[in-house]
Amino acid sequence: MAKKKTSLYREFVKGLWDDNPVLRMLLGLCPALAVTNSAINGLAMGMATTFVLLSSSIIISLLRKVIPHQVRIAGYIVIIATFVTVADKFLAAFLPEISKSLGPYVPLIVVNCLILGRQEAFSSKNNVGRSILDALGMGTGFIFVLVVLGGIREILGSATLFNLQILGDWFNPWMIMILPPGAFLTLGILIGLGNWLNERKVKV
Amino acid sequence: MSLLLLFLSAAIVNNFVLTYFLGICPFVGVSKRVSSAVSMGMAVMFVMTITAAVTWLIYHLLLVPFKIEILEYVSFILVIASLVQLVEMFIKKMSKPLYDTLGIYLPLITTNCAILGLALFSVLREYSFIESLVFGIGAGAGFTLALVLMAGIREELELSNVPKPFKGAGITMIVAGSLALAFMGFAGLI
Repeated sequence: MAKKKTSLYREFVKGLWDDNPVLRMLLGLCPALAVTNSAINGLAMGMATTFVLLSSSIIISLLRKVIPHQVRIAGYIVIIATFVTVADKFLAAFLPEISKSLGPYVPLIVVNCLILGRQEAFSSKNNVGRSILDALGMGTGFIFVLVVLGGIREILGSATLFNLQILGDWFNPWMIMILPPGAFLTLGILIGLGNWLNERKVKV
Repeated sequence: MSLLLLFLSAAIVNNFVLTYFLGICPFVGVSKRVSSAVSMGMAVMFVMTITAAVTWLIYHLLLVPFKIEILEYVSFILVIASLVQLVEMFIKKMSKPLYDTLGIYLPLITTNCAILGLALFSVLREYSFIESLVFGIGAGAGFTLALVLMAGIREELELSNVPKPFKGAGITMIVAGSLALAFMGFAGLI
């Protein structure tokens, strides 16, 4: 009994760090790089992705015995695309500004390898409860990385965080950080730092 | 002339990988060897060109007349998935070694954001049929270019002394950053 409990907890926690989708498994890199020029965009993208991940995980783990093995990928993608349409229309209706700044990257959640990867590796083999925990953990890990990445780029690139000015006038913003190269550089350094921390943890 | 500009803009100035961050997964995954990068690039370019044509036809002849644009994402992704399946069967039949090198990344072209991104962009920018075809070829060429450049750099990188935590993905991202920086130099071209 006790063993089962810890493993349920593990299903959730593993997404936060040990199997963090972006830093450890390198999934979902496209949105992680593309929309993180500010922390708020990163947060919105992370939430939208988590919504799609959670809903499609629930549906797919419920249907896992019904969907024939050969056409499973096509089936998953249709389910995911449906939820992405929902998320896209929701953002356009209620948060038009964010929807505009995310642009085509909201529909591109359909092809976020993170979502399809979790369905294939997890939801198609586990029951609904575990799939929900897994999706929530992965989603939280994804939001975490996106907000950190967006935060770093926003502070250095426009001297603000969540649109509040935090660095004084003495600071000359590094334009490059909110442009594409800044995304690659920041993520590269974050991945390196993640690996370094992990190694230290293992040694201790 | 404007078609040529469109091609150049899709291939170099607004390179899909380095400015739109589309197709990063294969960009990181398959860029270890120049030879496999070339074949991956070719496969993507092929799928992209066909996708551009087919999705244009579907959008303008099917979705718009019946006013069901809301099905855009679902129908596009289905078309792409079946196209990729077709290409996969074709390559498996024609060249087994190529099939083995591309490995898991071939089915993953389905979830290559560059392909769906291409279809979405050409709807968003209201390209004509010919324009979206040229856009598809250009984007595919740009993807191949970025992938091959990256593979070339990574082959050299294997011989150099990279700090341990940065080995693999970390240094790849940083190299990609410098490549993106270099590509920004093309920004004023068009």
